[in-house]
Amino acid sequence: MARLGPANITLAKEIISRYPVARSALIPLLHLAQEQDGYVTQEAMAHIAELLGITPAEVLGTCSFYEMLKQEPVGEYMVNICHGISCHLLGASELIGHAEKTLGIKAGGTTEDGKFTLEAVECVAACTEAPCLQVNYRYRNKVSLADFDQLVERLRAGTSSIAPHGKLARTRQQIDDERRAGVSPPDGATQAPWLDTNSNSNGDIDNKTIDNKTADNKTTDNKTADNKTGVSP
Amino acid sequence: MNAPESLATEVGINITINGEPFAAAEGELVIAAAERAGVYIPHFCYHPRMSSVGMCRMCIVDIDTGRGPALQPSCMVPVSENMVVDTTSPQTKKAQDGVLEFLLLNHPLDCPVCDKGGECPLQDQTMAYGPGESRFVEEKRHYEKPIAVNDLVFLDRERCILCDRCTRFADEVAGDRLITFQDRGDQTQVNTFPHLPFSSYFSGNTVQICPVGALTAKPYRFKARPWDLSEVESTYPNPMGDRVVVQASRDQVLRYQGADSDAVNWGWLADKDRFSFEANVSEMRLGAPLVRGTPLGVPDAAGTELVQTTWHTALTQAADAISAAIDAHGPASVAVLGGAQLPNEDQYAWARLAKAVIGTDNTDAQLHDGLPAEAVLGLPRATINQACTPGGTVILLAPDPKEQHGTLYLRLRHALTKDDVQLIELTPTASGLSHLAAHRLHHRPAEAHAVAVALVGGEMAPDGNGCIGGVLADDVAAAAASLAARADRPITVILGRPSLAEPASCTLAAASELAQFGKLLEAGGRPGLAFLPLLHRGNVFGALDMGLAPRLLPGRVGLANPNPALRKVWGSLPQTPGLDAHGILSAAANGQIQVLILLGADPLSDMVNRELAMKALDAVPTVIASDTLPNSSTAKADIVFAAAAFTERDGTHTNAEGRVTRQRQIVTPNATARPDWAIASELAGQLGCDFGYTSPQDIWAEVCHLAPSHQHLQAAQLDSRDGALVIESSIDFAGSEQVEPTPSVDSYSLRLVSTRQMYGKATITQNAPSLAGLARPATLLLNGSDFQRLGVAQRTVVRVISNTGELDVPVSSSADVPRGTAALAYNHPDVDVRALLNHQEAVTDIRILTK
Repeated sequence: MARLGPANITLAKEIISRYPVARSALIPLLHLAQEQDGYVTQEAMAHIAELLGITPAEVLGTCSFYEMLKQEPVGEYMVNICHGISCHLLGASELIGHAEKTLGIKAGGTTEDGKFTLEAVECVAACTEAPCLQVNYRYRNKVSLADFDQLVERLRAGTSSIAPHGKLARTRQQIDDERRAGVSPPDGATQAPWLDTNSNSNGDIDNKTIDNKTADNKTTDNKTADNKTGVSP
Repeated sequence: MNAPESLATEVGINITINGEPFAAAEGELVIAAAERAGVYIPHFCYHPRMSSVGMCRMCIVDIDTGRGPALQPSCMVPVSENMVVDTTSPQTKKAQDGVLEFLLLNHPLDCPVCDKGGECPLQDQTMAYGPGESRFVEEKRHYEKPIAVNDLVFLDRERCILCDRCTRFADEVAGDRLITFQDRGDQTQVNTFPHLPFSSYFSGNTVQICPVGALTAKPYRFKARPWDLSEVESTYPNPMGDRVVVQASRDQVLRYQGADSDAVNWGWLADKDRFSFEANVSEMRLGAPLVRGTPLGVPDAAGTELVQTTWHTALTQAADAISAAIDAHGPASVAVLGGAQLPNEDQYAWARLAKAVIGTDNTDAQLHDGLPAEAVLGLPRATINQACTPGGTVILLAPDPKEQHGTLYLRLRHALTKDDVQLIELTPTASGLSHLAAHRLHHRPAEAHAVAVALVGGEMAPDGNGCIGGVLADDVAAAAASLAARADRPITVILGRPSLAEPASCTLAAASELAQFGKLLEAGGRPGLAFLPLLHRGNVFGALDMGLAPRLLPGRVGLANPNPALRKVWGSLPQTPGLDAHGILSAAANGQIQVLILLGADPLSDMVNRELAMKALDAVPTVIASDTLPNSSTAKADIVFAAAAFTERDGTHTNAEGRVTRQRQIVTPNATARPDWAIASELAGQLGCDFGYTSPQDIWAEVCHLAPSHQHLQAAQLDSRDGALVIESSIDFAGSEQVEPTPSVDSYSLRLVSTRQMYGKATITQNAPSLAGLARPATLLLNGSDFQRLGVAQRTVVRVISNTGELDVPVSSSADVPRGTAALAYNHPDVDVRALLNHQEAVTDIRILTK
């Protein structure tokens, strides 16, 4: 499936309705497309352009700017091993070499079964926890070679709680009806659009499709950030 | 470069630039003020016709606003009182040096093979301000080169310095956001979405504004080096009179560049015009006169072929045919069609030949696809700048400006997006500006009048569906309220033929209502309402001013009231008022025309009534054509004169506003081709009247002498880029009360709308190889609901039937077309909509048969 599916179109329209200007929903919709297919397909970009009333070139311009929006198929689990200075000093090279051998791919590649993509990345801002890595942007700190093998085993066995690549977790938040901005354009508005909605909130926007599940983080270190976009140290 | 007019007149902010005091305008950017003060600040991304973005950092200079000098980008900082600007300080120099070194990090040093070399801002500024030597030893970026972003423009991405000019042009000027920045950091590149080309009518402008050689135009690539080019500033013969710089090398035109005229095109050109020079250097150009002859090339009046001959033979044959016709059937048996592409002087010479020497008033520069000359000359005329007055109103009672008048579309688009102009569309289908329009009154074809009446506050009589002319009465009322609310600002009506499937009278009736409204406003002390007429063909407004229309004389004077100066120079005038194009061809079809002279006109391709044109050309004994390129009508001619193109002779041009600007010769005429004024003078000589012209300047002096409207336009007035306006008109347009009855449409039929598209079957377009293939596939467009009723897939070929003919064409749904209406392009090279047009009624109804 390349374009957004029926359920995602409904969801996309709901997301668009949160913003006064439709094109503001561009990045959330790109995430949605990535969640659907594991990466952002060209067909999805063209579809998003249709939904937002902008050109596919504009969608591509934004999509290609962000490293976390993948334009090529990636494995179910993106394993990003940091090779910044701290990690390097504490054995990132060995870890990467070990990972390449364990997974049977070179950094940048994807395993044949489509399970893993291995990347060597620049500093992910967890220098105190070196050497560290991320699996689908969930941190694993002070990773030894044995830790890595165990991680791969758990991911292969499906006993990890880490969601497949692209799966949105906490980022899809619940917004109360009265806090929605609605679709009135800001131009010429005399006050912030949500104030208007506050005073006559009738809750006509359907939000039954909102997925508010958060990833279970019992396997992660208690210092890690579980937010998809979060890279807090 | 060009401070907006409003800024140039106000003097307010005192600043110091390089030690010299200067009075800048409020809100003016430092870089623009410096330019006006004669201080050039190097820059790449700044462009006076687009918003500033501060991308390239080249224009950083020392600016002191009281807190000590600091480096700031002068394209982002507006002037302020007592500002001190230093463009020569050591810091500035060091910064410029550093910025250039950074810009050159990834820029290849392929200047010797780059088309831009020699006219490249990056090259020039590196020489003037740059470090002279690179410290960069690493590998530069490499890309596949070049990639075609569309059919006309190539992109060499490694040369790009990411100034955002082309992408900004595509976004804010043209509105075609099909090229964008992609990727990030040192990988940033300009590109299109895969397999979605930069299909813009204006893509050539990005080539012109690219400050490096990243964007190059296919027709010019590797053709010349800038230092080998000679150039003149001229006027492109389109109804806008776009100012251009024509560049040639070795007596061949190689390129048109837009010239920044404040009043007209702001430096922009439509691709259709920019690349049309190819037609003038085409192998198809007529180089010698042709007459009828045998297949072996021997001239013979009964011959089946057109054979080359001498000018003497052709002119004598033509003069003999004309005198014979006058002697046997009177002067009214000679008719002149066309001439709208010629410069004013040539039009005047032909008009004088026809009206004074031959004595016929049967002349028409328009081919029944425009508006009557009395209406164009009689209605109050607006300028483009008036139409774009901030806060004003534009009423579109014309075909889509985007398809027909590219640079006007760009000016209007700017006015709508930046200057708070409101657009009210009074058209049967959507236009390229619809998404910016305040009110879209898309009425049923041929029913503009009823909507116009309601729009100006007249009778609001909705039908059973609550509609007026097919538009919801509420929508009309809302538009009327907006129109009235802004009546203290100028109102401009863009007036043309919104559909060639309906007669001009439908549009004129609506225009008359608007004109009445304008008079009421003026009487109430408001700015009132003026018209910007938009007709098809290059210098059609010059043709009307020069009298190439029935019942008219040069200088916007009626045939009935010639002024003494003209009477003295011309001697005699036609005795009877003449016929327009439709009348001429009807008379010809009835055998009343003996000689038909076609001045660059192709009635077979252009006349709305194709059958009439065919009958007429077959019935006329002698058809004389003067043209630059062969077309379907010259093929039927008996005598063909090879005419010079606009780059091959001097002259003047009149645009839709009545603005007269110069056209200048840069190359010699093709082979033995002659300018039309010379052909007309020769013919006049053979007919016994010596015009005595030795140059177009002689003719212009005569025009200024005897045309009251042109007296102030002496040669010196025309030397500026913006030229000068013809203002006076002694023609009075009484208004048109005639409202064509429109039969009600039955529920099985759709009502047809047909207008021209940008790229069509025009001779120039078809003879320019780069443009010939750009016509959109012919498609009958229907509203989604009508389309659904057909139950076929998009682009299924269907049979379209009207009561005059039928044709097969693919059908698609389009949101641009209201319910009950169908749209098909008028000028498609392959599908001729004229087969369907009904000339008996005001509307053409069609039915669609699916297989």
